[in-house]
Amino acid sequence: MKAKGFFYNLGTMQPKVIINSKAFKLTLKRLCYQLIEQHDDFSDTVLIGVQPRGSILGERIQQELKNIAKIDVPLGKLDITFFRDDFRRTEKPLTARATEINFQIENKKVVLVDDVLYTGRTIRAAMDAMLVYGRPSSVELLVFVDRRFTRNLPIEATYVGRSVDSIDSQRVSVEWAKTEGEDKVLMFSTDKEK
Amino acid sequence: MDQLSVNHLLGIKELKKEDIELIFSTADNFKDVINRPIKKVPSLRDITVANLFFENSTRTKLSFELAEKRLSADTVNFSASGSSVKKGETLIDTVNNILAMKVDMVVMRHASAGAAKFLSENVNSVIVNAGDGAHEHPTQALLDAYSIREKLGSVKGKKVVIVGDILHSRVALSNIFCLKKLGAEVMLCGPTTLMPKYIAELGVIIEHDLLKALQWCDVANMLRIQFERMDTKFFPSTREYVMQYGLTKEKLQRAKKDIVVMHPGPINRGVELSSDVADSDNSIILDQVENGVAVRMAVLYLLASKIKR
Repeated sequence: MKAKGFFYNLGTMQPKVIINSKAFKLTLKRLCYQLIEQHDDFSDTVLIGVQPRGSILGERIQQELKNIAKIDVPLGKLDITFFRDDFRRTEKPLTARATEINFQIENKKVVLVDDVLYTGRTIRAAMDAMLVYGRPSSVELLVFVDRRFTRNLPIEATYVGRSVDSIDSQRVSVEWAKTEGEDKVLMFSTDKEK
Repeated sequence: MDQLSVNHLLGIKELKKEDIELIFSTADNFKDVINRPIKKVPSLRDITVANLFFENSTRTKLSFELAEKRLSADTVNFSASGSSVKKGETLIDTVNNILAMKVDMVVMRHASAGAAKFLSENVNSVIVNAGDGAHEHPTQALLDAYSIREKLGSVKGKKVVIVGDILHSRVALSNIFCLKKLGAEVMLCGPTTLMPKYIAELGVIIEHDLLKALQWCDVANMLRIQFERMDTKFFPSTREYVMQYGLTKEKLQRAKKDIVVMHPGPINRGVELSSDVADSDNSIILDQVENGVAVRMAVLYLLASKIKR
């Protein structure tokens, strides 16, 4: 973009809050109730958070389910670094994180958890990485934010916190009380369009 | 830091402390991977690695090959015996011919010191040194330090004695560089004839009495006597060497402390290490071998990430 007029600069200003902390709590609760509807007593269900940010959502969901229905669902954390399809294609090297799955997923109903669904490539990698731990009877996907119309792969979420319309040059970031001090979802815009 | 500062692994001397720490943190993840039911990840599926072993090797060759396969890389193996090297082909020609078959990385062991560096300057490929003469054996030093870190929590401030044939050992030199960079204290112990001249200038302590060394150290890394590299007698007899420098249960007990015993393999049982020590709880020799695969996976992964498509 060559012209740097008034309208273009608007985009670089403050990020927009698309979910504030009050709405955030409601959305989290609603996702949990949806899970309870589908999974009954959770006897065969496990949660797997995609590292790093999906596992924070996983922890919150696990806690919330405990509060609402006194159900303790096992939670695993899955690192997908070595299964990504952009190795050697990005300028920035990929840094791995720990995988902690202390249970069998064979014949379990797995709910994959991630904060933002964007191109779908992360989830593709997560499904590959997960198969190392066994063959689940079913896999569902729970995301807090679904960026519609940006998918590169035919992947859709089963449970969606909020759908947002965004373009590639924008960035959606889910912030957590645990890491950033407040629960909220932000949308950043930059003036460089692709 | 999330990227290595080097494009080849030629020796520990060229690495920064941060590089070593990055390799270790990456190796932690790979150690987790190789303990899973399916020990394989697809990261290097479009990379081909040539393992060129111009000198004999069991452990290192197997370890590298396993590391490559567990990263899903394609591998080709080469050993000097039975190859055209015997017909007089030069090193550069041999390697360039292999690279012409579209190979991305070369893991090489060679009997001449500096062979890996020479290759890195003359051919267009990523070079990993798997031992060059009596110069360096970087992955061995990395896995040794990684094993110490795993066993004792950290390397910093630990006292490590390297015992035996320092003169002919590439493991010793790489270990000195690696341990010093990570903040350990290093002592060398062996007969004067097997101690290189001026080695103390690397900031290591020299000791000729094994019992004193054992009383000082937390970790004893026992080196093999490299008879194949000895063109002359360096000590009167093997029996005398064993009496002075062979590590036995009795000598360990006299040191009155828990010492971690390491050995880069292959062990000459009854020479530098008695069987009861090699198989004791103090010994982490087999952990070293396991960690070797994880550390080599980390090295290959980090170097491969720098190959642009």
